[in-house]
Amino acid sequence: MDYKIIDVKERVLADNERCAAETRSALAERGVLLVNLMGSPGAGKTSVLLQLIKRLGAQYRIGVMEADVDSDVDARTVAEAGAKVIQLHTGGLCHMDADMTARGLEALGVGDLDLIFLENVGNLVCPAEFDVGAGLRMMILSVPEGDDKPLKYPLMFRVSDVMLVNKLDAAEVFDFDLDAAAARARALNPDIEIFPVSAKSGEGFDALADWLAKRLEERRRGL
Amino acid sequence: MHEMGIVLHLAKTLDQTAEEHKLKAIGKVVLQVGEVSGIMTELFTDAWDYFKLRHPVLKESELVLETIPAVTWCDSCKQTYETVKYGRECPYCGSGETWLLRGNECIIKEIEAE
Repeated sequence: MDYKIIDVKERVLADNERCAAETRSALAERGVLLVNLMGSPGAGKTSVLLQLIKRLGAQYRIGVMEADVDSDVDARTVAEAGAKVIQLHTGGLCHMDADMTARGLEALGVGDLDLIFLENVGNLVCPAEFDVGAGLRMMILSVPEGDDKPLKYPLMFRVSDVMLVNKLDAAEVFDFDLDAAAARARALNPDIEIFPVSAKSGEGFDALADWLAKRLEERRRGL
Repeated sequence: MHEMGIVLHLAKTLDQTAEEHKLKAIGKVVLQVGEVSGIMTELFTDAWDYFKLRHPVLKESELVLETIPAVTWCDSCKQTYETVKYGRECPYCGSGETWLLRGNECIIKEIEAE
């Protein structure tokens, strides 16, 4: 057989990064903020969303894309809280990529929204690898997971703009050292914003909601 | 498990390359994988063998993985060292002010095709 060799020299995820960049600039032009919410299964992603919708829902139009391998339990819960929701199924994949996110945004319709959350698949590894085109990457570390997680899953902490430490109400039970967790995250990512919260009691969410509203206002002013 | 996601992107990129160069079949695919890219090569090859069957142009292809050794740069004493052996802390001066120079890549180097 007559074979020729073709130099490709392209990063495998280059197509994903192109697609993510397109999404990011299209949303920026409209003044819409997309937040990629990541965390382990059970870290409290949906409960965090409910607390944020409660505080920001009156002022801003909120959309949520629920990404799961299967089922729609989270989508129902969030819809009841008053956000515009769609459920995305990843068909076995452990993360969302830029193309799936772009299609999700199209299905959701962004014209009537200010703030959109992508609730990524519960996983501290793969979602960190795939840029989806979000303006903010927010990850949740919950107290029962332990304060050593930044050491074990460094990429997630390196790529996130914001880290929520959730289930703070249970810190004593689990011997969770907030200062140690924060220091470990900052060693990987000196600029990471850290918010200790409890989605159960609502503690810490006023500060987080104010901070998010500021980011959204900046985005609208084109900053 | 993200190997599957990366393989999907690889297959998509190669489909596009085949179209651009009007290729009938792709033989060898040489992929450069960084030592600390987090890609498990065995899982990756398994995923490839599964997905290539769904892409006519890739059916007969063979994946060849080349490892790129990971190298870290120490900002304090301005030297490089082997990342996998020593980790984040510089073995010469003990500084933590270190940056990964290479070893995190996943690059399609070249393909053989007809």
